[in-house]
Amino acid sequence: MSAVAGAAHAGGRWGPLRRAAARVAPRRGRLALSVALGAGAILAAVALLAVAGVLISRAALRPSTILSLTTLTVSIRALAISRALLRYFERLVSHDLALRMLADLRVRFFERLAPLVPEGLRGLRGGDVLSRFVADVDSLQDLYLRALGPPLIAAVVIVVVGVFLLFVLPPAAVVMVVALLLAAIVVPALAGAATAASNRHQAPARALLATELVDVVQGAPELAVYGREADWAARVAAADGQLLAIQRRDARVAGLSTGLGVLIAGAALVAVAALGVQATSSGALDGILLAAVVFIAIGSFEAVIPLPDAAQRLNACASAAARIEEVTEAPVVVADPPRPLPLPPGGSLVACEVTVRFADRETPALDQVSVRVAPGARVAIVGRSGAGKTTLARLLVRFRDPEAGAVEVGGLDVRAARQSDVRRSVRLAGQDAHLFTTTIRQNVRLANPQAGDAAILSALGRAGLSDWIAGLPDGLDTAVGEDGAEVSGGQRRRIALARAFVSDARFLVLDEPTAHVDPTGARELLRALGEDRDDQRGVLVISHTVAGLERFDEILVLDGGRVVERGGHAELLARGGAFAALAAVA
Amino acid sequence: MATRAEGSARGVDRRLLRSTRAARAPLAGSVLLGVLTAVLIVAQAVLLGRIVARSFLHGADVAALRGPLVALAAVIVGRSLCAAGFEASGRLGAGRVMSELRSNLTRHVLRERPSGLREQRTGDLVATAVQGVDALEAYFARYLPQVVLAVLVPLLILAYVIPHDLAAGLILLVTLPLIPLFMILIGLAARSRADERWQTLSRLSAHFLDVVRGLETLRANDRDGAQAQTLRDAGEAYRVQTMATLRIAFLSALVLELLAMLGVALVAATVGVQLADGHLAFSIGLAVLLLAPELYLPVRMVGQQFHASADGMAAAQTLFEVLDTPPSLTPCADPLPAPDPRTAPVALEHVSFAYAGRGAPVIEDVSLVLRPGELVALVGPSGEGKSTIAALLLRLLEPDAGIVSCGAVDLRAVDPQDWRRQLAWVPQRATIFAGTVAENIRLGEPRASDAQVAAAVRAAALDEVVAGLADGLDTRVGEGGRQLSAGEAQRVALARAFLRDASLLVLDEPTAHLDGASAEAVGAAIERLARGRTTLLIVHREALARRADRVLRLEGGRLHDVAATTGVGA
Repeated sequence: MSAVAGAAHAGGRWGPLRRAAARVAPRRGRLALSVALGAGAILAAVALLAVAGVLISRAALRPSTILSLTTLTVSIRALAISRALLRYFERLVSHDLALRMLADLRVRFFERLAPLVPEGLRGLRGGDVLSRFVADVDSLQDLYLRALGPPLIAAVVIVVVGVFLLFVLPPAAVVMVVALLLAAIVVPALAGAATAASNRHQAPARALLATELVDVVQGAPELAVYGREADWAARVAAADGQLLAIQRRDARVAGLSTGLGVLIAGAALVAVAALGVQATSSGALDGILLAAVVFIAIGSFEAVIPLPDAAQRLNACASAAARIEEVTEAPVVVADPPRPLPLPPGGSLVACEVTVRFADRETPALDQVSVRVAPGARVAIVGRSGAGKTTLARLLVRFRDPEAGAVEVGGLDVRAARQSDVRRSVRLAGQDAHLFTTTIRQNVRLANPQAGDAAILSALGRAGLSDWIAGLPDGLDTAVGEDGAEVSGGQRRRIALARAFVSDARFLVLDEPTAHVDPTGARELLRALGEDRDDQRGVLVISHTVAGLERFDEILVLDGGRVVERGGHAELLARGGAFAALAAVA
Repeated sequence: MATRAEGSARGVDRRLLRSTRAARAPLAGSVLLGVLTAVLIVAQAVLLGRIVARSFLHGADVAALRGPLVALAAVIVGRSLCAAGFEASGRLGAGRVMSELRSNLTRHVLRERPSGLREQRTGDLVATAVQGVDALEAYFARYLPQVVLAVLVPLLILAYVIPHDLAAGLILLVTLPLIPLFMILIGLAARSRADERWQTLSRLSAHFLDVVRGLETLRANDRDGAQAQTLRDAGEAYRVQTMATLRIAFLSALVLELLAMLGVALVAATVGVQLADGHLAFSIGLAVLLLAPELYLPVRMVGQQFHASADGMAAAQTLFEVLDTPPSLTPCADPLPAPDPRTAPVALEHVSFAYAGRGAPVIEDVSLVLRPGELVALVGPSGEGKSTIAALLLRLLEPDAGIVSCGAVDLRAVDPQDWRRQLAWVPQRATIFAGTVAENIRLGEPRASDAQVAAAVRAAALDEVVAGLADGLDTRVGEGGRQLSAGEAQRVALARAFLRDASLLVLDEPTAHLDGASAEAVGAAIERLARGRTTLLIVHREALARRADRVLRLEGGRLHDVAATTGVGA
């Protein structure tokens, strides 16, 4: 009954895995080859022993000439060599298959993931969704290599052995097929169930023990000062004892399921031996083949040895596929229109009374906010963190659509254009821009693959990194490390800024360009942006600091999703309102 | 680098088996079961040889062979039980070993290193201490039995074969010295294979993670479409590269397989020739042939299990590394009674201290005296060793040079637990233990009455926090309960200090996470609390320092008397 329930449940459980497998290019030919080689390797070993059995049986009859034995001896050697070679090639083919599959999976899932970033992934729970996603995709490489390959190989071996024995000793064929199937299905199922049950039993005990250990490791100084070492040592010991008791029980279950596998193979051997003896005495079996039959009964079980592990991997793959689907099947919130219009070549970047509401919050993140960035203009949006500045920046590059109002470029609603056209015209230097594990040059050139070194150096110079680059022994070839680990937070911000400068976009949206930059540097950076009017692009700067904005054309103060003040620097300062308050903090 | 890791893994392996008491039982069990298994393997071959020989050569039927068949069944049952035993005792052994390591860890951090583990991520450490058992199971339940079998099975098989069939025995004996060679081959193959594959795959994986993490940036720069192609190319390039190394790496396994298979083939030929010449009984020839593959099997399996064992070793290694950190306290053999700071001055005399592995000392040649009943404020930039001075006074650390004393007694001569009984401490980052708020407050005084707790709560300005909790003082906090903010946790720590009638108070930034009004209230409470006790107040808030009798400044690892020079203090 539980098997039926399990099967019904399996439809849902295996669905994501099937869909994941369907997503990759079919490689049936390679899979078939790898299974054939794997089965061939096992069958060669079985055949070697069987032929050896025939050889010594013949020899025992003391033939007049040992010439008849020579053929057998030669075939034994040939089988020995085939076995080793088949195994070698099977390994190569299956690893090649796994690598191809993994590369395929990565590309396919990347293509699924891309349209969801960033807004489509909002609301996915769990810490590092993306790291888990990557780990899950990686774990699917086991699918063919370790999860599907072994059962397929076992199936081929079982069929071949069954058919062969059917001709030699039919009752033994039945015994062997039944025993092999039991070992192939029941033993892995039992092992899997035992593992799952033990995880279930142990999880609460492990969680409790982890809690106590964390408290002890972290709170050791306080426990020492307050003289409670013994009490907490006792608490850990109690939790430990509880876990150990459960582990003891689980160990016995695991032992029994392992023993069962050996018992099934052994029982088959005894049965086949008895059947063979009976058939020999009745004349149904040529006695010369008796030893061979016994060897087949022993050797065939090599095929089912990896199956418990395969079942476990299959389960892991199914869980990984389900988690991947959780991410990739999130609704796409921003999509290209069916018939995209080209963006008009001139005009301003305008947000027109845009309103954004997040599902998990009552008050709107942006409430009827309007801003216009004309070509060549310098506009700043300032405000405390949480005022809605970054949300506005994301609207401008169509990472998200407003619930009301519109974002327009040259008078065209960006929803009517292709996303890639919008982002080529309006370039966002995001607040948490990523640095890729490569050189400074490649990281900047990302924004404009055509840019030469001169353009890159000049963009880095505008971002205030000239001196730093000049001082680096490898210059532009300096590696930034994993996610920019080798550069400081301020340098990271400035490299992201250089990307915007090197791009050929008409509008630049710079989200917090001065975060992690020291106050003096921040002021200089903003001042340069305001004063340098050679660049005829419209620039919108988002900032929580206000020093250096003196020469900007317009400053908007955002608070609680609303524009509370707007105007020139001097004008706002004179008003003594929200902007003046921000300026005073700085 | 990988080579070094493997080298140390071997060391850990030995250490785990030798120094861990809990590991001895599964080791002994494995050896016992290994002997039994080896005997049963030989018995099985001998019985099968007899059964086949009597049936084939003498036409015996099942009834005539009932005895050997039943014996064979018994041998099978025995082998199953041995296999079950290996698995069960291995898993249990892994559980026991981890448990012992955890208990060592607890003792280490509570008794020998109460100053806390520096630069150690608690989360990872605890995860290893709890979940590491899974990795260790593979070691004890699979790897260790295989190693035992790889030694015992060939020995027993040779012991049977050599007296019965010298020629086949000699073939096996000649291949036997090859076995260590095989193992080295396998080890090398496994290692280089693992290294190469792991490195390439992890590089590829890191690249994918990098790209996925940077997807938003790629989208902002309209490069997501181009990146898919890059990803495809990288995958293909890595595949080609990996396959090139695998073609070589798998060769050693090929050689090994070939040697084992040809060994069997050779034995078959030898046995055949001897049988044809009539020099050998068929039953024995068959038994020898049955045993030939069994000789190589366990050795080959060791190679396969080699990887499974590595994770377990890594888990054990993580814990050993923590256990190897030197204790922060030297045990005192014949402790003196703890002097009372209420009547005797507490002093640091020319004290220096450096954290292991950090090079330069945090404090150097520092001297200070806390007179009974005095409230002394210690100010200075962060990272200058103020908290280190606190830890020295609390006897969580011992000075590298100089003396920490009370009265005329060097505190090293006093039992730390004795000394600490008279202290209360508010650390910079208070730990909230899993339990209720009340249990947390009672940390230093488990038997305090409800009224006393309530008073401490009020004194620490914790009452408004408690009022906001669903179950008041009975609210569960810490891991698995409500998480307290840094300011809330700090007030809990203050309440702990208020509850304890301590002679020496050490308050490390007690108002760091509080807003102005609460800080003022807590400051006043501290002043009340400090009355009649010796108090060291570590602060950077000048407001709080004003409440002190004296203000000392710690800068550049040295002390300056601020009261004398600037007059900020009194």
